[in-house]
Amino acid sequence: MSTIPLGPVIDTSRAPASGARVVEPQLPQLLFTNTHHLCPGCGEPLAIRSLAEALEDLGLVHTAICALGIGCYTSFGGTVDVEIVQALHGRAPSLATGIKRMRPDATVFTLQGDGDMVNEGLQEVLHTAARGESVTCVLLNNGVFGETGGHMTATSVIGQRTKNTIDGRDAAYHGYPILIGDLIARLEGAAYVARGSVHNAGSVARTKKMLRRAFETQRNRAGFSFVEILTMCPTGWFIPTGEGPDYLSSTLGEVHLMGELKADGVIRTTEELHAENVRKAAELDAQLARGGIED
Amino acid sequence: MNTIVRSRGTVTIDVEACKGCELCVPACPPAVLTMSTPVNKKGYHYPELHPGCTGCAACLMVCPDYCFEVFRFEVPVETEVEA
Repeated sequence: MSTIPLGPVIDTSRAPASGARVVEPQLPQLLFTNTHHLCPGCGEPLAIRSLAEALEDLGLVHTAICALGIGCYTSFGGTVDVEIVQALHGRAPSLATGIKRMRPDATVFTLQGDGDMVNEGLQEVLHTAARGESVTCVLLNNGVFGETGGHMTATSVIGQRTKNTIDGRDAAYHGYPILIGDLIARLEGAAYVARGSVHNAGSVARTKKMLRRAFETQRNRAGFSFVEILTMCPTGWFIPTGEGPDYLSSTLGEVHLMGELKADGVIRTTEELHAENVRKAAELDAQLARGGIED
Repeated sequence: MNTIVRSRGTVTIDVEACKGCELCVPACPPAVLTMSTPVNKKGYHYPELHPGCTGCAACLMVCPDYCFEVFRFEVPVETEVEA
């Protein structure tokens, strides 16, 4: 990376008066406000932004109904302009099934965390996927119960330090993590399964594309669609906010591999995902250096 | 010896919404964001922009507090900077 000598600080309190156009607005139309109660450095607002933008891009705003799980992201229930039904802990996929069967023209999705989906309601999401319900489940996976203090979930990786695995998760004592994306990809009813991440700008752009494809899958009534998004939780991981992205890519990201796990009926292998991630990361970084990610 | 730095874009920063997580600083490809010395009303340091922005929106994509809006200039702005 070339280093530019740092000049004077530019006034960024107001937009340029003329001679400039907006490339990206501060907020997607679906968000009322930029204030929220989540911690500094949290990855969930990034995932929610991508979700809102994906719905806007596909023109699905007026048909969207969200079955919301329980976690930190639940506080977005009041600030996102989408119809929301609050589910019991872990039960959002079943609720979404009911909504979709009654309102087949609606775009129904769930928003859940790893504690909600993989610990509390694992059977709900698996059965919904196996039945091939035409709903989209979105999982925000940070490997800890962030809202209640940062203890281990079923997706915490081996060696991960959490509040109740102080010396790191030990397979002999705590068992192995569940790779929920890989599990769902094996089910016949699942049409589209992908795992994104929000640890850098390139990954955010990739994740948004995955969300768009998932909603397209639902629109085409092709079956169950699932997008897992790895998010930072510096508070729950007990690390400084600036170290969150690197911690994510080196700890969770090494086990829960990013990429499209199942698309067009093809299940991808770990090696294929690895190779694709290296290639895509270089491609997206080059696009950013040239001045922006192409849509 | 001064150099000319071209800015193809710029941003606005909602400093009062910032929670000082510093994710935007390493995300910026031309590395023209730094953290401020003063703090906002909540007590957090916030990012400041220097000449050289390309308008790529990487900062906006990694900002959990939705502080940024990104603009691109029709004609790039040139600033003379001490090397």
